[in-house]
Amino acid sequence: MGYEFDFSFIWDFWPDLAWGALETVLLSGASIILGFVAGAGLAVAKVHGSRTVSTLANIYVEAIRNTPLVVQAFWLFFGLAAMGLRMPAFYAAIVTLVINVSAYTAEIIRAGMESIPKGQFEAADCLALSRRQVLFHVELPQAVERVYPALISQSVLMMLASSIMSQISVEELTGAAYGIQSITFRGFEIYIVVAVIYLLLSVLMRFAMEGIAQLAFTRRRRLGTPL
Amino acid sequence: MGSSVTIAHYILMLQGMLWTIGLSLMGFVGGTIVGLPIAIGRISQSKALRRSLGLYIALIQGIPLPILMFLCYFGISVAGFNVPALVAAGMAMTAYASAYLAEIWRGSLQSVPKAQWEAAECLALTRLQRMVHVILPQAVKISIPPTIGFLVQIVKNTSYAVVIGFAELTYTARLINNSTFKPFVVFTVAAVLYFAICFPLSHFSRRLERKLKRA
Repeated sequence: MGYEFDFSFIWDFWPDLAWGALETVLLSGASIILGFVAGAGLAVAKVHGSRTVSTLANIYVEAIRNTPLVVQAFWLFFGLAAMGLRMPAFYAAIVTLVINVSAYTAEIIRAGMESIPKGQFEAADCLALSRRQVLFHVELPQAVERVYPALISQSVLMMLASSIMSQISVEELTGAAYGIQSITFRGFEIYIVVAVIYLLLSVLMRFAMEGIAQLAFTRRRRLGTPL
Repeated sequence: MGSSVTIAHYILMLQGMLWTIGLSLMGFVGGTIVGLPIAIGRISQSKALRRSLGLYIALIQGIPLPILMFLCYFGISVAGFNVPALVAAGMAMTAYASAYLAEIWRGSLQSVPKAQWEAAECLALTRLQRMVHVILPQAVKISIPPTIGFLVQIVKNTSYAVVIGFAELTYTARLINNSTFKPFVVFTVAAVLYFAICFPLSHFSRRLERKLKRA
């Protein structure tokens, strides 16, 4: 094998990689937060909505979960352009990711809502809580806490999937790598480096989300025991 | 502006769909060949083996699939071979599927009740016999719904081969969009074709799961 590895060029391009990594973090962070809110809303629609509402939510979730993210991104990005709407690629990417991840989050949170013991609702009734209070103080918090590990995995998967947004010209980590590759022709080396950065990002992300759980879930903070 | 989408375009997209199915099969077959030994190795008695296989899985699961595609694509050419994008895409799908299938199957193997192992041991079966005649048949039954569910992921994720220019459905759709500039038509058709493959699979997987739960 006559190939000589050469990683020296990385130092010339580290600002591009750093910006790319930052953009990946911003892209995923925004999409996770917005996707969580939308997903929780969808889950409530599925569980408590009228027949029409829950059917519509089901159709949305099935349509999104059974088509690829890339096709969704192309549909939205090129479709908006064809309609004459100019949206910067970064925002189009966030919209696509939110649409995508909300469907998965909805399924996860719905599973959490269905696993809450009946006694919790009876107790809430005895405390004369309104339906709204039950939803926001009993049902959703417990559902989210129960399925939090699944939400972490889902978020990491979404961060990794955001790499495909380079295809609609977002300059995130993979987009930056592609740019460097086309200048240096050192494709193999640059993608090894980027793979390592993604690995680090996914470890950091798990760590950060565990930290958020410590802050967000009172039981964990006060008693140190997960639900 | 742009020309209309013709029958020829739809035929091209159907061809792309065949490549998507072909690549999915490559990913599933390759992922099974690599992933099944890994799943069994993950419950072996050797700690070193368990750890190193766990590392492989964490590595593959922590790298985005498009990056895996690029690594295979450039890696093969670095190794001095000139092969079509299909081979690179097939390798990347194999690596990807093997890591996830191994985890699914490890879970299935471990969910066979421990008493089954003990009973098999009491019957003086060797470890291999226990595995082949007692544990695997039971684990297979548990593993079918999540495996079919993962097939959906495989089919959808073959679309990432678009980054290395492999002419599956998504890539074909983008080419057609570039020449006709009818994104809503083209990508809606592509989405419908994906849905036509994926929805029956996920529906079937859910039904099997419910059936298994009742049994």
